[in-house]
Amino acid sequence: MINVKTLAGELVKRGQDAESDFHFEVNPIPGEVEVLQIVVEDREELPIFVSASEEQVLCIAYLFKGEEIKSGAVDEMNRAMLTANISIPLSAFGKIDDQYVIYGALSAHSNLEDIIHELEVLSNNAIEAIEAMSDYLN
Amino acid sequence: MSILNKIFTAIRGGAREVGESIVDKNSVRIFEQEIKDAEQQLDKAKRDLTEVMAKEMQANRKAESLGKDVEKHEGYVSQALEKGDEALALEIAQKVAEIQSDLDIQQKAQASFASHTERLKGMIKKTAKALADMQRQLVMVKTTESVQKATAAITNNYASGTSKLLTAKESLDRIKKRQDDLEDRLAAGEQLKDEFDGKDLEAKMKEAGITEGDNKANDILEKIRAKKQKNS
Repeated sequence: MINVKTLAGELVKRGQDAESDFHFEVNPIPGEVEVLQIVVEDREELPIFVSASEEQVLCIAYLFKGEEIKSGAVDEMNRAMLTANISIPLSAFGKIDDQYVIYGALSAHSNLEDIIHELEVLSNNAIEAIEAMSDYLN
Repeated sequence: MSILNKIFTAIRGGAREVGESIVDKNSVRIFEQEIKDAEQQLDKAKRDLTEVMAKEMQANRKAESLGKDVEKHEGYVSQALEKGDEALALEIAQKVAEIQSDLDIQQKAQASFASHTERLKGMIKKTAKALADMQRQLVMVKTTESVQKATAAITNNYASGTSKLLTAKESLDRIKKRQDDLEDRLAAGEQLKDEFDGKDLEAKMKEAGITEGDNKANDILEKIRAKKQKNS
């Protein structure tokens, strides 16, 4: 199982790596479950939240709330999301309470490179997803 | 009811309090206990299997040696008969019957151990499958719980912070604008660089005496000189 504190330390280093062009900050969020908020440079509005359990590492980006969807468009949008889901590399759409999310689940045995790759792909997918669905949104 | 079914039922049930658990703690505890029980059952079945298989092998070995004994003694019987010793032949034949009855007992035991082994193997397979299934479902429950707790942590963090929550479109607009700004800045930088490079080149040309301006002046000078010569 991945230790979130250790992961945070490793991610902080990599997020500032001058040689990489994927820069981000790591903010641990206190709570019953340890969560890391990953703030990607120039994309501060769309942070990624990372948590780990015995089985998997979950990376979640919050897309929008149900109330942001244009009235009458929910069903069509849900269908569109389900259909597009499988085409999106590594990420999938989900819903937590009233919040639509895009997330990636990795094996708990993933290495740092896998996790960083996931974060980068997820961040790109999140922006593309909102762009693609903006017709449904207020 | 499977856990996924429970999750679906809870979702269909509609409005829950934020942070309210989809799967209640008590059923998770019961589930974990069931998994523990199944694990113990599996361990015991595996131990039993080893024991029964050992007994089966023992019975097998005994039956084999008794079988050889029967053959050997049957040989003695025919030897006694050849020598015309009927009384001895009968005595040995009685011994053969005794060994034979021992052999029957061992063979029956062996058959019973073998069927027991089969039963245990079947049970282990079934229990292991059920256990894997329960463990998979427990992962589902725990992930659901973990996501809920993580969400609570994130929500609390946002609520306590001063940052205003933006809509998805507002966020996208900001990110796009920043990207455009960056691209504009990059483009402006390129332009500046070009201009600078251009000036630099001009300066170099001037140094080498091949400046455009000078050439024009020379051209004019030549033209006037040529006109003068014509006129004179």
